[in-house]
Amino acid sequence: MEQLEKETDPKILQALLASRNDYTIEDALENEMILNMGPQHPATHGVLRLLLRLDGERIIGCVPELGYLHRGYEKMAENMSYYEYIPHTDRLDYISPMANNVAWVLAVEKLAGIEAPKRAQYIRMMIAELARIASHLVAIGAFAMDVGALTVFLWTLREREKILDIWDILCGARFTNSYTRIGGVANDAQPEALAKTKWFIDQFEPYLSEVEQLLNTNRIFIERIDGVGAISKEDAIDLGFCGPNLRACGVEFDLRRNAPYLCYDEIDFKIPTYTEGDCLARYFLRIDECRESAKIVTQILEKMPQGPVHADMPKKVLPQKDEVYSKMEELIHDFMIVNFGINPPVGEIYHAIEGSKGELGFYLVSKGDGKPWKCKIRSPSFNNIQCLPKLVIGHLISDVVAIIGSIDPIMGEADK
Amino acid sequence: MDLKTLIPQKLKEKFPAVEFEISDYKDELTLKFDKKNIVEICSFLKSDNELEFKLCSDITAVDWATRKNRFTVVYNIFSMKHNFRLRLKADVDEADCKIDSVSSVWRAANWQERETYDMYGIKFNNHPDLRRMYMPEEFEYHPLRKDFPLMGIPGSLPLPKK
Repeated sequence: MEQLEKETDPKILQALLASRNDYTIEDALENEMILNMGPQHPATHGVLRLLLRLDGERIIGCVPELGYLHRGYEKMAENMSYYEYIPHTDRLDYISPMANNVAWVLAVEKLAGIEAPKRAQYIRMMIAELARIASHLVAIGAFAMDVGALTVFLWTLREREKILDIWDILCGARFTNSYTRIGGVANDAQPEALAKTKWFIDQFEPYLSEVEQLLNTNRIFIERIDGVGAISKEDAIDLGFCGPNLRACGVEFDLRRNAPYLCYDEIDFKIPTYTEGDCLARYFLRIDECRESAKIVTQILEKMPQGPVHADMPKKVLPQKDEVYSKMEELIHDFMIVNFGINPPVGEIYHAIEGSKGELGFYLVSKGDGKPWKCKIRSPSFNNIQCLPKLVIGHLISDVVAIIGSIDPIMGEADK
Repeated sequence: MDLKTLIPQKLKEKFPAVEFEISDYKDELTLKFDKKNIVEICSFLKSDNELEFKLCSDITAVDWATRKNRFTVVYNIFSMKHNFRLRLKADVDEADCKIDSVSSVWRAANWQERETYDMYGIKFNNHPDLRRMYMPEEFEYHPLRKDFPLMGIPGSLPLPKK
C-alpha cells in the first residue's frame, strides 16, 4: 500500500479509494488489492488504463484513465481549414473511418448550407453502412477472442477484408480512406465497386450465420457472458450509453430513425433491440445490426440514382482535378478554397450521425473565416467508457475483459 | 404545440426572474441564460413530464478570447420523447471561472465536465471528481484555450515519476 501511494498519483488513488462499493465484508482491508490494468494490455483494445480495486477476485472499484492517445484533434481543427480536417477524422474511430468522414462533411455542410446531390448521399449511406458492418465484425471477433474463442476473429476479419477491398476500389485506400468531400464524394462509385458490394452482401449472410453458429452453440462462450455486465435502461440513458450498447438495454434509439439524415427516411429497416443489457445482448445486437445493415445496403444499391456526385457550388466545393488543370475559373476557385477556406457564415451547429459505436457528433462554431473557431467531437466511445465502472463492479476480474470487449471502445475516438 | 415555442414558454413560466436569450439557427434551438440558474433549469428540463430531456449528449465550452465573458459553457441535451435537440449556454467570465456542476442531474455529465475542465480550466462547483481527463495532473495549462500555442509549450509536459 505504501509503495502504491508513492507510485500512484494521489488524486487517482483518492478517487479509487472513494469509489462506491456495494460489498461489505468485515476484514475488507486485509483482502483488498489494487490492480493496474493497461495501458499496455491486449484486452483493453488500445491504450485504456483501468485501476481496479479488488476484493479477492471481485471488483469493488474501478477508475478508468484516459488520455494515452490524446492527440489534440480539437485543437488541430481550430488551426486548419474544413477540407484539411477530413483526413484527420479517419484517425478518430480507425475501425470505421468512412463513417467519420461522413459525419464531418455532414456537419460542415450543415454549417455552410451545402446540399450534396442525391447520388453522393446514397454513396455516403452505402459506405457508412459498410463501415458499420466492418466495425461490428471487428467488435464481434475481438470480443470472442477476448473470452477465448479464437477462431471467430479470423473468420470475421476475413469478411472485413472484403469490405476493405471494396474501399480499395472505391477510393484507393483500405484504411484511412478520406473518401468524402464537402459537397459530395471524391469520385463517383465505379461500377466495379458497386458490383463488388453487391457480391459481398449476397455472400455475407451465410458467413455471418456460420459465425453465429460457431458462437451460439459454444456453451463456454455463452456462459461466460450471459448476465455479465448488465445495466438497466434508466442507468444506461443517464450515464450516456449510446449506440448498440444502449439498444441492447431495451432503448429503441437510433439517430438514423430518430433524427434522420442523408436519405435514411427512404430506406426500410428495423432497429433491433434487446432488453437484457448484458454482454450477451450486446453481442446478439451487433450480429442483428450487421444483418440490418446488409439489408440497407441492398436497398441502397437498388435505389441509387444516377447523376453528379458534387454539389454545384463553385465557391464552396472543390472542383475536379482535371478541370483545375484545364479551366481558368476552376483554377481560381481551387486556389481560393485551398488557401482561404470555404468561409461558412457566422453561426454554430451540432450534427450527429449514428456511427458504428453510437452517436458521433460534431459541434462547430464558425466566425465566418476559413477555419472553425471551435470544433467539439462528441465521441461515442468516450461516453461508453464512462459506464465501465458501473458495469464491472461486482464481477470477477476475468469478466472485465469480456465487458470491455462487449462495449467495443476505440481509444482513438475516446481520446481524440 | 410546437416545441420551439413550448420550451421557452414553459421555462419563462417556471423561472420568471431569469432572462432567456433565445436563438434558432439552422433549425436548432439555443437558450442562453445566467450561469447561476443552470442546475435548476437543467433539472426542470429533465424532470418535466412534457419535455423529458433525459439524455445529456455533450458538454463543452467555447473560448471567445477577447470577449468580456471569455467562456461560454455549452450543454447539448436531447429529448428521446420528442426527438428534439436543445442547446443551453451560459457565459463564464475568466475572473470567476466557475459554474455549478450538472452531474447531479445527468450522471453522464461527470466526464464531460471533467473534459471541459481539463481543456478550458473552467471549474465545476460540487463536481464529485474533478480531475483532468486527458492531460496529466501536473500539467499547468489548459490546451484548448486560445492563448495556448498549437505547438505546445516546451518542457510543460512532465516526465512520469520514477
